[in-house]
Amino acid sequence: MPEHLLSISELNAWYGESHILHGVGMTVARGELVTLLGRNGAGKTTILKSIMGLVGRRSGSVQLEGRETVGLPTHRIARLGIGYCPEERGIFSSLSVEENLLLPPAMKAGGMSLEEIYEMFPNLLERRNSVGTRLSGGEQQMLAMARILRTGADLLLLDEVTEGLAPVIVQALGRLIARLKERGYTIVLVEQNFRFAAELADRHYIIEHGHVADTVTLDEVGARAETFSRYLGV
Amino acid sequence: MEITLQAVLAQVMLGLNNGVFYALLSLGLAVIFGLLNIVNFAHGALYMLGAFVALLGYSYLGPLIGMPDFQMNYWAALVVVPLVVGGLGILLERTLLRRLYKVDHLYGLLLTFGVALIIQGFFTNYFNVSGTPYDAKPEILNGVVNLGFMVFPKYRLWAIVVSLAVCFGTWFVIERTKLGAYLRAGTENPDLVRAFGINVPLMVTLTYGYGVALAAFAGVVAAPIYSVSPVMGAEMIIVVFAVVVIGGMGSIMGAIVSGLLLGMVEGLTKVVYPPASGTVIFLIMVLVLLVKPAGLFGREN
Ligand SMILES: Nc1ncnc2c1ncn2[C@@H]1O[C@H](COP(=O)(O)OP(=O)(O)O)[C@@H](O)[C@H]1O
Ligand SMILES: [Mg+2]
Repeated sequence: MPEHLLSISELNAWYGESHILHGVGMTVARGELVTLLGRNGAGKTTILKSIMGLVGRRSGSVQLEGRETVGLPTHRIARLGIGYCPEERGIFSSLSVEENLLLPPAMKAGGMSLEEIYEMFPNLLERRNSVGTRLSGGEQQMLAMARILRTGADLLLLDEVTEGLAPVIVQALGRLIARLKERGYTIVLVEQNFRFAAELADRHYIIEHGHVADTVTLDEVGARAETFSRYLGV
Repeated sequence: MEITLQAVLAQVMLGLNNGVFYALLSLGLAVIFGLLNIVNFAHGALYMLGAFVALLGYSYLGPLIGMPDFQMNYWAALVVVPLVVGGLGILLERTLLRRLYKVDHLYGLLLTFGVALIIQGFFTNYFNVSGTPYDAKPEILNGVVNLGFMVFPKYRLWAIVVSLAVCFGTWFVIERTKLGAYLRAGTENPDLVRAFGINVPLMVTLTYGYGVALAAFAGVVAAPIYSVSPVMGAEMIIVVFAVVVIGGMGSIMGAIVSGLLLGMVEGLTKVVYPPASGTVIFLIMVLVLLVKPAGLFGREN
């Protein structure tokens, strides 16, 4: 069995003519939660999109359980077991809450059942027949995360899930993500909110100008406050 | 001239008969535009092609394959022609349209306009522009039925019923099923749907094929009513574009309902003021554009 669930090396990505990622390298072990931290425009979202094959062009290597995915079409990559929660949440306005929830097809065994999901997100059950985009920001975020838990994906890519949400909702999301980690999900979390990320992560990748500028492990976080303040201004 | 209720109802029914063709065609255009972002100018030509493939299968195919007695009958044509023409649509999408998704809508419109001219030019070369009759109407659909308020040709009633069934069947699949949810989601955000593991390019190809098949189906149903002519699609598509503009691009129910209503309005105009019947739809289009530019059922954004 390969050591890493996700292993990226020398990843370059382009949108049209603009070269955005310059040789990104990182690894994520099964069950681990790593964050991508960095200023706006550093390339965090682009890293997630490159994993999914959603950028114009990419080169280098992105392996999932040892299997090379650069060159595969997006839908095939997803079916290897990735759940993607995009930065803009991507709730469909032409679908009801429940249709949004049921949209991603199951790809592996071991996904959560609809009942389990409604138990975890009672708000969604209450509003299952509403139009997806009528939900509040926090509910939409919950929906965007809930719908990738059904599919059996074991690697979750979560892009700025706390962005623009009230503190109580951010706390609820923190508890949710901790619970998902306990359940054995492997998670790559893009965050601007360092404090939120610090409580959850095993490891932090600091992204700057389209490459990994530094890596900080859990036990180094206290000692390396200066790294965070240098790169993130926190 | 005295306007009787009889005359009004008769024209409304005939208008509805035209309306179902508008509905079938604008429905196909709306489905294609939604997912492919392409204004399928070839739609009229593909409708015409549907009628011609039915005609060819009935009158010309037998001798061509050395079986002079063979005729593709009407019922077979209803199934086979949409499959054949839809298959051609799939080929067109795979080889040509696919290259244009990343560029401006205008290129898709120009390409499909070119395709329309080629198809129309081909048939104009071999067939009479004033039309060739399609005599495959089955015995059982000959004659008239008494609707109570009027007697109505059986075949036209059949055309209305079967077209409505196909329209509402399509609506049901798109708005009420899982397959339709993929289609709606793909229309909104194809990248995210791909990231959920769905083969969107395949879905796009099949959707175009289905839209084209709807046009061909309309062509087969229309063939026994109007004679089959190389320009029947060109005349139709202009009206259908007006219908689509009135209904609003991208709304499935909007496309169906405005097709039906405008067919009936056209019919009514024939009773009230016949000279305006050819232009009334365009007048309504202008009014709608002034008041609600996104169309009656369209979303403003
Ligand atoms: N679709 C796009 N086309 C061109 N450039 C883009 C596109 N999306 C992002 N970029 C550029 O790529 C860089 C990285 O963006 P992004 O990955 O979104 O950063 P982050 O998520 O870290 O804020 C930015 O300079 C941004 O302007
Ligand atoms: Mg981002």
